[in-house]
Amino acid sequence: MKDKIAEKVLLFVALSAILSLALITFFIFQQGIPLIFRAGLANFFSAKWAPTRAGFGILSMIIGSLMVTIGALAVGVPFGLAGAIFLAEFSSKTIQKTLKPVIELLAGIPSVVYGFIGIVILVPFIRNTFGGPGFSVLAASIILGIMILPTIVSISYDALLAVPTTYREGSYAVGATKWQTVVMLLIPAARSGIVAGIILGMGRAIGETMAVIMIAGNALKIPGSIFDSVRTLTSTIALELGYAAGDHRAALFACGSILFLIIIVLNIVAIRITGRK
Amino acid sequence: MLSCAPNKCGVIIAGSTSVQPFIEKVAEHFMEKNPGIAVNVQGGGSTAGVQATINGTCDVGASSRNLKPSERGLEVVLIALDGIAVIVHKDNPIENLTVEQVRDIFAGKTTNWQELGGLNSIIIPVTREEGSGTRASFEDMIMGEDVISDACLVQDSNGAVREIIATTTQGVGYISVGLVDDREKAIALDGVKPTLANLTTEQYRFARPFLLLLRDEPKGDVKKFIDYTLSPEGQEILGSSGLISVNKVASD
Repeated sequence: MKDKIAEKVLLFVALSAILSLALITFFIFQQGIPLIFRAGLANFFSAKWAPTRAGFGILSMIIGSLMVTIGALAVGVPFGLAGAIFLAEFSSKTIQKTLKPVIELLAGIPSVVYGFIGIVILVPFIRNTFGGPGFSVLAASIILGIMILPTIVSISYDALLAVPTTYREGSYAVGATKWQTVVMLLIPAARSGIVAGIILGMGRAIGETMAVIMIAGNALKIPGSIFDSVRTLTSTIALELGYAAGDHRAALFACGSILFLIIIVLNIVAIRITGRK
Repeated sequence: MLSCAPNKCGVIIAGSTSVQPFIEKVAEHFMEKNPGIAVNVQGGGSTAGVQATINGTCDVGASSRNLKPSERGLEVVLIALDGIAVIVHKDNPIENLTVEQVRDIFAGKTTNWQELGGLNSIIIPVTREEGSGTRASFEDMIMGEDVISDACLVQDSNGAVREIIATTTQGVGYISVGLVDDREKAIALDGVKPTLANLTTEQYRFARPFLLLLRDEPKGDVKKFIDYTLSPEGQEILGSSGLISVNKVASD
């Protein structure tokens, strides 16, 4: 009897999570999609964003989101992967036990703190070294790259550890060095886990808002270089929702819909890759 | 059109959408103190507020501009001033700009401080986000027909704009006068400094009054609400929301 009740309660809780996801999806699309058609696809995917004067083009924001995400990966993937390989293959148990929690602690730092560090240290550094406003693609990429490190490190680390020891022994037996074993055997064998970690990190980077608003400058112009200011989809929603009304508000939900689609696609890809193990 | 006539079920306020959020805040506190009186705040715009007051469809009109000669004859209560200051980094040697120069900066036509008599460095203009009331009044008062350039950095609050200007020697932005502190410098526009004194005498033109409008002498619940808005407590609410409260102006 008690089992039955527990089962029903758990089922209800599980369903309510799914239901809230369905409601959020429905709400965002219901608010956003009509505007895309009302404004016309040509307008919506143009670069002219002036929502109070019927300009609903989100092209510069899509490009902005992609630029900072690619930038974040360019920073986060080499460091994250190197960190995971070091932890899994080249370090002692004691180092692993100290370093891994420290890296995971990075995930617990609020994004506003990252943004603040960006404003105080990184932005003036970029401004003084490379010129331009300092609030830039580069600043956002570096900060986001650090923010996605824990995701990439932990998932890649687990994937590397999951490679059976017999593989390593086999590799050493045929005379391969440790480095050759890592590059030629372990990374390919752990590929699906590593790629999943990268894609989850990518999802984090594209969805990050607070830190990006603080350090990207949010200019609407499509950046000509990594030292130019940039505006992402998430920043636009967070910046403008406060005062938005009517079509302007709908346009922000349309931004949300596009972002939602991008993240859904990323997640499906991640699930596919991890499922193929 | 309205479900109940004015004066029958509390106070109905209509008009300026710029005043609306501030007066809503005051109304919230007022209703906490006076649970029996419902204050209903509606938008519609300043002109609609004036018309509604004349027609009697609201008890109190709200306007974020002075009345035109054709609209005179209403009781006008100044509840606060919202001045807009153009700010630069405190190390920037520029002390004064003309309105045209500020317009050209934000339109992206002037891009180096040297062109304005300053140092040889790029100008980093910081604007507010689309839909912001401060941006709208800046566009009205400074930009005229010109459009704010897409190359401007965008921040979503007075505080965020101020933070960037305070830390960026090449920066220029605009914020409410009441929020300027000593980490940045408010420059003179057309030779007039945005001080409280210049705002009260209307020598500094880049301010807008927040007004409440009445057909005649306030009485009953309406009077209670107006008195509360002008009381130190009401003015404190407006002042802490970033406006220049009237008693500050009077004592300056």
